[in-house]
Amino acid sequence: MKILAAMSGGVDSAVAAARAVEAGHDVVGVHLALSRMPGTLRTGSRGCCTVEDAMDARRAAAKLGIPFYVWDFSERFRADVVDDFVAEYAAGRTPNPCMRCNERIKFAALLDKALALGFDAVVTGHYAEVRQGPDGPELHRAAAWAKDQSYVLGVLTAEQLAHAWFPLGATPSKAEVRAEAEARGLSVAAKPDSHDICFIPDGDTRGWLAERVGAQEGPILDREGNRIGTHPGAAAFTVGQRKGLNIGYPAPDGRPRFVLEVRPKTNEVVVGPREALAVSELAGSRHTWAGAQPADAAAGFACEVQVRAHADPVPAVARVEAGELVIRVDEPIEGVAPGQTAVVYAGTRVVGQCTIDRTVSAVPVDA
Amino acid sequence: MAVYLDHAATSPMTDEVLAAYTQALRVVGNPASIHGAGQAARELLETGREAVARALGVDPVEVVLTSGGTESVNLAVKGMFWARNRGARRPRVIAPLGEHHATLDAVAWLARHEGARVDWVELDAEGRIRLDALAAALATDPDDVALVTALWASNEVGTVQPVEELVALAHRYGAPVHLDAVAAFGQVPVDVHAAGADAVSVSAHKVGGPVGVGALALARTATVEPLLHGGDQQRGRSGTQDAAGAVAFGVAATRAVADLPLARVAALRDRLVEGVLASVDGAVLRGAPPGPGRVPGNAHFTFAGADGDALLYLLDAAGIAVSTGSACQAGVAELSHVLLAMGVPEAEARGALRITLGHDTTDADVDALLDALPDAVARARAAAS
Repeated sequence: MKILAAMSGGVDSAVAAARAVEAGHDVVGVHLALSRMPGTLRTGSRGCCTVEDAMDARRAAAKLGIPFYVWDFSERFRADVVDDFVAEYAAGRTPNPCMRCNERIKFAALLDKALALGFDAVVTGHYAEVRQGPDGPELHRAAAWAKDQSYVLGVLTAEQLAHAWFPLGATPSKAEVRAEAEARGLSVAAKPDSHDICFIPDGDTRGWLAERVGAQEGPILDREGNRIGTHPGAAAFTVGQRKGLNIGYPAPDGRPRFVLEVRPKTNEVVVGPREALAVSELAGSRHTWAGAQPADAAAGFACEVQVRAHADPVPAVARVEAGELVIRVDEPIEGVAPGQTAVVYAGTRVVGQCTIDRTVSAVPVDA
Repeated sequence: MAVYLDHAATSPMTDEVLAAYTQALRVVGNPASIHGAGQAARELLETGREAVARALGVDPVEVVLTSGGTESVNLAVKGMFWARNRGARRPRVIAPLGEHHATLDAVAWLARHEGARVDWVELDAEGRIRLDALAAALATDPDDVALVTALWASNEVGTVQPVEELVALAHRYGAPVHLDAVAAFGQVPVDVHAAGADAVSVSAHKVGGPVGVGALALARTATVEPLLHGGDQQRGRSGTQDAAGAVAFGVAATRAVADLPLARVAALRDRLVEGVLASVDGAVLRGAPPGPGRVPGNAHFTFAGADGDALLYLLDAAGIAVSTGSACQAGVAELSHVLLAMGVPEAEARGALRITLGHDTTDADVDALLDALPDAVARARAAAS
């Protein structure tokens, strides 16, 4: 096959490309330039955006003996990921820009371009597996549970999965990938992992957002709607957040308060006790299936749902109702905010996902 | 079979140059040393300098050997700006739009750090400087002009500038002129004295010499403040001189001038242009039409609806090396400021391809490009839609 290996400059994508080469495919390395101003040379790496990362990717490709190009996706990235991230926060939601990047850049803009230019598939260093199932390609969790990235790939559809390959999916650990990189003489073998959002250079997401969204003082309300404090700008708050409220006096029951809701339109932040964070149902109209739509989608099917990249999956029942994917969890869960993605699993297989529009609290206000 | 059609990026060294270069590299001695070894090296150095001077139509004393085109341009632009502002105040630099980044960035640096003000002069649709606009800029306040700097020929679209008129016009207002002839040298006659320019930059590796060697032809009457300090080995430049580089540059420059007017290369280029225009819908030749107004080795097209980086990849996969124009540090093709200055719409400027021929280009190379291009453009257009 003719394979395009997306090479970030990190160790995972370098080893993924190496495995594609070793499997006998005709491989071309491509580094995505996601920023017009690649900034300074940072210590460590965030897996994209820096001149150093592009250089690391280039050196790895040279080591593998494959052609290498840098393709500019900075305009698409700015519009579809960065601006979207800011707009979502401004709307009081909590987006995951890595998912957006997979959805709209790596497996959309890049994949489309690759297919049009004659490639058969795109290879990345994600930890997840594409398997051939009875109804077409299926997306599964990686063997290395700690590194599993099937969650951030949950947005991929059957057509995208048909042209995606994740050679690291079956590898038991990251240590093994590093050892392999070392053995292959790849200079990125010991390069640190990327964790933060790649386009926020110093990792200060709040400060970065405040600069772009703007911040205006507004009321902090309790669940009954009483004003109990003042915040410096609603957009900087996330559901489930405890620190930084600075209300100044304790709740009547003396227990800590948590952000329950962010209302950007009225610039209000609603706080309350921890148990009020518990959610029994979540739903979103923007949903996709990672493969065939389940036959019992309308009637409802038992599944597990995961709401953050590193959250544990919990048992639930999902159904499509009036165009929405509605997920009822068996036991209430915390840490669910609009804008997050809920990925639905059946065992190790990703069934589909939705961007969460609304949640139903497990604890009514008057409880 | 590799087809190399990117001579404007760098042109392969000929055997003749390589032999002279490697032989000279064996000679031990610093040209500044007084002993016999130093004198031997000095002899090589000055032989090379004389050859470069002959090729440029200047005297050897007017040749400052540098590390390449970028240093030459920086020495001319910054050095003349500083010299002209010694005991006087002349903050203005006049330059056409569409200059090479060596000039753009040097001028921008002067604006940022030295209080320079820049008058950008418009180009016409073929990339030629608008002399009326230049005259207007000069006439505004002739006494505060530090210098005029311009390309002799465009490195991207190959348009040759009306340098004699340009220099005469600037001199009428008392402004010295630097010309960046990196893309012109070896393509058209670069006679510095005949043009009347005060400083002219050239580079060795664009004419089949080694990378890391260049020259600034600096008229006896012109002065520059040096960029580099430490020994005053040359007029306006410090640093141990590269005798072998000078020898190699001398051989390459002599050959380049002897080969003019590059009739063979021009004929190949003309066939290439005709072939591309005939076989690819929507192909537009950018820059001046083939003839005396365009360097013979340059063909530059836009293919509306295709992305330059996709074209580059597809042609590279077919074994053909070409360029989109200019690239930044990370290797990303940028939208050409030259094309935009010529009034080319952004959507068309995205699909730019610069194809440059040279001394080793053959009919088979042109055929290979003509074979591969139509399909590459079609695919690149599909990929961009």
